[in-house]
Amino acid sequence: MTTKADHADRSPIGAAGRGAGPSQRRARPSRARHTSGDRPPGAAPLTADAPAAAAAHATASWDFAPAPESFRPAIAPRCDLFIGGRSVAARDGRRFATINPATEETLSEVAEGGAADVDAAVAAARRALPRWARLKPVERAKYLFRIARRIQERARELAVLETVDGGKPIKESRDVDVPLAAQHFFYHAGWCDKLRFVAPGRGGGDPEPVGVCGQVIPWNFPLLMAAWKLAPALACGNTCVLKPAETTPLTALRLAEILEEIELPPGVVNIVTGGPETGRALVEHPDVDKIAFTGSTEVGRRIAAACARDGRRLTLELGGKGANIVFADAALDQAVEGIVAGIWFNQGHVCCAGSRLLVEESIAADVIGRLEHRMRSLRVGDPMDKNTDVGAINSKAQLATIHRYLDAGEREGAVRHDPCPSAVPERGFFVRPCFFTGVQPSHTIAREEIFGPVLAVMTFRTPEEAIARANASPYGLSAGVWTDKGAKAFELARHLEAGVIWCNSFNRFDPAAPFGGYKESGFGREGGVAGLRSYLRA
Amino acid sequence: MDSPAARAIASPVPRGAPRAAGASARARRPVDAVMAEARAASFTKRSIKGEMKKSGLLRAISMLDLTTLEGRDSEEKVRALCRKAAQPDPTLALPDGRPIPSVAAVCVYPTLVAVARAALAGSSVRVASVASGFPSGQYPLDVRLRDVEEAVAAGADEIDMVISRGAFLAGRLEAVAEEIRAVRRACGPAHLKIILETGELETLDNVRRASDLAIEAASSVPGLPPPGDGDVFIKTSTGKVQPAATMPVTLVMLEAIRDHFSASGVRIGMKPAGGIRTAKSALHYMVMVKETLGDEWLSPHLFRFGASTLLNDLLRQIRWAWTGRYAAASDLSEG
Repeated sequence: MTTKADHADRSPIGAAGRGAGPSQRRARPSRARHTSGDRPPGAAPLTADAPAAAAAHATASWDFAPAPESFRPAIAPRCDLFIGGRSVAARDGRRFATINPATEETLSEVAEGGAADVDAAVAAARRALPRWARLKPVERAKYLFRIARRIQERARELAVLETVDGGKPIKESRDVDVPLAAQHFFYHAGWCDKLRFVAPGRGGGDPEPVGVCGQVIPWNFPLLMAAWKLAPALACGNTCVLKPAETTPLTALRLAEILEEIELPPGVVNIVTGGPETGRALVEHPDVDKIAFTGSTEVGRRIAAACARDGRRLTLELGGKGANIVFADAALDQAVEGIVAGIWFNQGHVCCAGSRLLVEESIAADVIGRLEHRMRSLRVGDPMDKNTDVGAINSKAQLATIHRYLDAGEREGAVRHDPCPSAVPERGFFVRPCFFTGVQPSHTIAREEIFGPVLAVMTFRTPEEAIARANASPYGLSAGVWTDKGAKAFELARHLEAGVIWCNSFNRFDPAAPFGGYKESGFGREGGVAGLRSYLRA
Repeated sequence: MDSPAARAIASPVPRGAPRAAGASARARRPVDAVMAEARAASFTKRSIKGEMKKSGLLRAISMLDLTTLEGRDSEEKVRALCRKAAQPDPTLALPDGRPIPSVAAVCVYPTLVAVARAALAGSSVRVASVASGFPSGQYPLDVRLRDVEEAVAAGADEIDMVISRGAFLAGRLEAVAEEIRAVRRACGPAHLKIILETGELETLDNVRRASDLAIEAASSVPGLPPPGDGDVFIKTSTGKVQPAATMPVTLVMLEAIRDHFSASGVRIGMKPAGGIRTAKSALHYMVMVKETLGDEWLSPHLFRFGASTLLNDLLRQIRWAWTGRYAAASDLSEG
């Protein structure tokens, strides 16, 4: 394994920055060609030519100027629950603050739903269920289609809210989160009147919905996860109670506005904001037919125990420690892009992140050199700047968790590489993206989900060893395989214990592709035909 | 067959002969099109504002090879182009006093090199000539080399050569390497730009392979020292084949340049040509160079745009950036 110094001066960008590249070590022939003697005799010299200016342009660095997103949608100082088609305060009047993790400023005081509020929301969903379930499927499709269109129309507003509330770069909210959320509603709108082909009901007719669904979503993709949960549930004729994450409630509440605008029948979707207690009240509510949870394995285990008591349906999408496997025959520059997309997308707050890099030993030094070079052009900072690649960590608590893992990595003997030159803002929750080499499979950073921009690099020699190392994890959500050989990719995919396996790409999402885990990464699938089945009675 | 360069390679390499030194570097480096295209597209998402935009527009002019390669090119047209090259917009004075730079070079056919040379006397603008059987390369090698030698003799500072795409696609890589070496020898002191004509190579795998081949061949000419920084460029296109320059193709070529720099310390230049018509597109290419190779490459010494209509859009955007007003088409001279 290599160290930082090995590659530092091999990078064009690094060398340019210091003005001391390898070329200075070798003698070069003189290239002075343009002396006045070269000119044809008798030619009249042109005036106003600007060689000095050209030289000035040539030597200066060319740096990004601030490019802030200027649109600032109004955020109400107080946001309420959405129950039975109306905004209502929590029964006991409790509120919690949601802050901008990039500035630590309070954005809004949000209602904290208690057991009584959850009860009211479940009751509203129960009341709305018969009519919604019996509505003609093509009519349900129209509602979903209208939600999708309205998300597109209000895309800029939603993207900005997602960024100020969660800290992710505006570039990602704008180009990934919001368009994909709309896409999920479009995709599922198309399924509404074709469900009998997914799971035929009695006599081959339309299948029955499961009923009232309690859905608890995480803070890493707030609007997108709401879409993942709501779109298939609604398409199948279920009604929902959605509990957004405590640190990122704003876009789900803006989605509630959209549901009102498109006149979704009251009670079909209810949104109850709050913390862990709110979530517990929902998953333990006796009148909920199905729980869908995306979040940590630790919480998932407790929910599974609660649901096991009364046999309610349950799908869990939990943590991960994805292996990104790079073979020597891979397209290395593209593999490096995949490594970057795998671990530094959304600050590494991605359950399917490629947080373990397994690289074939013969190319390890090469790949690490390329990775360090690539990291020098990553821009960390203000999430609202359109050129920011890595934004703010979602919360102070998560930042502390990441620092604990960084300390553990160094304490246990791994070598930290931190070549990204961006200065980190003083206010807000930021950490520079980094990776560790010299990592042993037993190290904490190789085993546990960090949920931050931290990559653990390990090596392997044979495909068998790659498979064994990739599978040596309690998780099994995602994996990536980088090779130029198709047969090798399929052979690996057969043996990798992961719900999603990307070949020569990473962190690509589509509503038609099922997503879910093996082992402690959960069970059940979301997206595609497989995702519909868990919202239907077979 | 009088040219010394042609004589030097008159005897073809016999079959089964040991491969030239450095052939190991020709090991295939695969490119995956999906992620390469995604990466190339990511540069167009960069937001270029304020001072970055202003200095970028001026710098783009300084890196321009203002080109005319038409069958109907006249001496008068070349003289007009040269004047515009040296003084792109004499009527425009920027409020902050910054000068508008000259372009890097004027690029013409060999028969017009002498005209351009005379018209550009006294200016810093260099004369580039396409040669070596432009644009197809489908001529006997001795004819192509004489083409190069005459362009150099007429005063060309830079030679834009074409490779034999036919030989490359047929797998006769050593023949392509030999012709590149012969042309570089024929260039003498003139700088060499090697046109791969990526529109005819079609796949990014081929683009990478041709880039590696061209860089390696130009760096291993028997009897010549290895090129210094900026002595050799690789160039996407003649402009006569569609598609010409694209961002994914240029990215793959920049990656080949970066890998060569990492291995040898020599900075090869890059010239995307054809199809870059707007200032916005030029700035996106510059961001790609910045993030793949570093700001150092953003100099006429190491990077050029081959274009004709781009200059007027740069001038139009410069007016807008400094004065908030757009120029009418009639405010800008043609070319």
